[in-house]
Amino acid sequence: MTEARTAILERLSAAPAGGPPPLEDTAVMARRHWPAAERVVRLRKGMEAVRTEFLEAIPSDWPSVVQDFCDHEGIRNLLYGPGSNDGAALATAWDGEATLLPYDRPVEAFKTQLFTEVDAGFTSTVGGIAETGGILLMPGPAEPRLLSLVPPIHIALLRASTIQDSLWSAITNLGWGESLPPNALLISGPSKTADIEQTLAYGVHGPKRLIVVLVNDLR
Amino acid sequence: MHAETDILFRESAAKALLDPQLRANFRRAMDGLITKRKAQFPDPEDLQELRHLSTAIRSRSLLNLPALLVQLEAACTRNGIQVHWAETCEQANQLVLDILQAQGATRLVKGKSMVSEEMHLNAFLESHGIEALESDLGEYIIQLDGETPSHIIMPAIHKNKDQIARQFSQKIKDAKYTEDVDELTAMARKVLRQKFLEADAGISGVNFAVANTGTLCLVENEGNGRMSTHVPPLHIAIMGLEKVVARLEDVAPLYAILTRSATGQAVSTYFNLISGPRGEGEKDGPQAVHLVILDNGRSRIYGDPQLQATLRCIRCGACMNHCPVYTRVGGHAYEATYPGPIGKILTPQMEGVGVRHDLLHGSSLCGACGEVCPVEIPIPDILVRLRREATHQDPASSVAGKGTGRTDAEDRAWRLWAALSKRPGLYRIVTWFATRFGWALPSGAPLLRDWTRFRTKPVPARRSLSERMRAERGSHD
Repeated sequence: MTEARTAILERLSAAPAGGPPPLEDTAVMARRHWPAAERVVRLRKGMEAVRTEFLEAIPSDWPSVVQDFCDHEGIRNLLYGPGSNDGAALATAWDGEATLLPYDRPVEAFKTQLFTEVDAGFTSTVGGIAETGGILLMPGPAEPRLLSLVPPIHIALLRASTIQDSLWSAITNLGWGESLPPNALLISGPSKTADIEQTLAYGVHGPKRLIVVLVNDLR
Repeated sequence: MHAETDILFRESAAKALLDPQLRANFRRAMDGLITKRKAQFPDPEDLQELRHLSTAIRSRSLLNLPALLVQLEAACTRNGIQVHWAETCEQANQLVLDILQAQGATRLVKGKSMVSEEMHLNAFLESHGIEALESDLGEYIIQLDGETPSHIIMPAIHKNKDQIARQFSQKIKDAKYTEDVDELTAMARKVLRQKFLEADAGISGVNFAVANTGTLCLVENEGNGRMSTHVPPLHIAIMGLEKVVARLEDVAPLYAILTRSATGQAVSTYFNLISGPRGEGEKDGPQAVHLVILDNGRSRIYGDPQLQATLRCIRCGACMNHCPVYTRVGGHAYEATYPGPIGKILTPQMEGVGVRHDLLHGSSLCGACGEVCPVEIPIPDILVRLRREATHQDPASSVAGKGTGRTDAEDRAWRLWAALSKRPGLYRIVTWFATRFGWALPSGAPLLRDWTRFRTKPVPARRSLSERMRAERGSHD
């Protein structure tokens, strides 16, 4: 539809030039700033308010924290990305009841199984958001997109040192403003809806539970 | 009189006012949304700063709109997203159909998209044998009943849970009757997960499109947006051409004010950034992503410096939540894709101020909408401007249907008044009769009838103003 493109752009370009836009004062974004320890507290508070569950860990023991949780909850299998550092570390240390399922082939090969038989998915994160609560994920070849979406339980590994002040500062610090992978996202809790009489209900399409394994690596 | 094609808001509003269930549903929902939004902005100065910043960002984006669209197209293309342009809804519908047919897609899941509502896409696709299933819970509920959204954020807000419980038990296979919201949600989850699994294609809207990185931003809570855009092998995103911003940094303040204004949330469950189809080495995600950029009257609105502010809108719905008219009549009374205050200024500009003249007057001009708007759109001012556009033929104006809202009766009345004003003698005679015998006019007389339905008949003063002025002056001499 090149005619449509040309016509639209011509009409837009023909519009009379408006005055200069108002000045942009970003102080309101920049002053959202907290010390590292407080960032952890804020993130937890924000995410727990929307029913995210937290498990505490230290850098050396997080795989066993994940494993104990799975055993305790009777999770039969856990889907993970073998290509990611954290995924590989989890597999190396794994000695749990649940079967570890590597997400190592195109989804077409096991789509029905993914939707009907997988109990939980494990992913790493690239950061967190202190201001509102939230974790940042960059799915890709190592950790496919549906890992954090289709299984009813999503277990995410978050290192306290990677928690940013706000989405605004995270965009700058992670370099997201320059280039982005095919998919990146922020998650603040399990899937929810308030479409029936504004009554909050969790687990509508995505995960019913979000478990954040919070690794305290602050010095 | 009004032309037969005119859509009369006063008639549908009057009907809606007689439905106590509807009014109760809206009152409760809007009160809840107002309270939740307020709680998110505890510091009024902080709110004003964020509003000014958001307004400035949207204004700058519009100022550079044609260049940003070209940049967005180039960045998307580089990322492997195929970009299409449509001047009209018909063109956009055809584009979507062509893409689907080229893939042999017949089963479609949809994330929430108001632009697709604007296009009446579902009906169009269904007439071509393609199942288009809404997957946002609210949209799913209204689709079961063949309804349209009554609110841009909460499409099924006009229904209460008893109504939804009855509807589910009748329309979903093997569903039992329950009024438990968790159980109702679980029923929809079960049906829709199967649909996501089987879908040939997914359709979504776009909350913000980032020009420099070629990124489509989707804001949602349910996960159906992610399901629709990542599970099926084909994803088609549809956006109005005004949705583009220069860079991702621009999105952060807009996102912060959007979720707070819309549902009183500091953050949504998901904020999803899509910058391409399944990449090298990726094991999931759609094989192809298409972006359809729709005009449908927006470029005409863009041509007017004052009306251009309409395009700043980020579709949060705060104006409808705070509108005394919307809260009483509900969204369907507007008979438009976009109801409430923003719809009142957007719909007439898209469809013509003549046919939608009535909508322009369905407002008390209380100003609440302008006050809560996160991007400071002067909705009341634009409404007043459009009222004038509807009855005047300004040659410099680019407003659709300008001047066509003037009725014959109105036209005759003004001509009579003009003729009288030019003839002082005749004017004096007419006002003399009107002041002395105006009381004798029956309250059922044409034009007067509308006034006397709810009010007592006005009685003209015994003497006209100019008579009294002359008398006053005489007494001072």
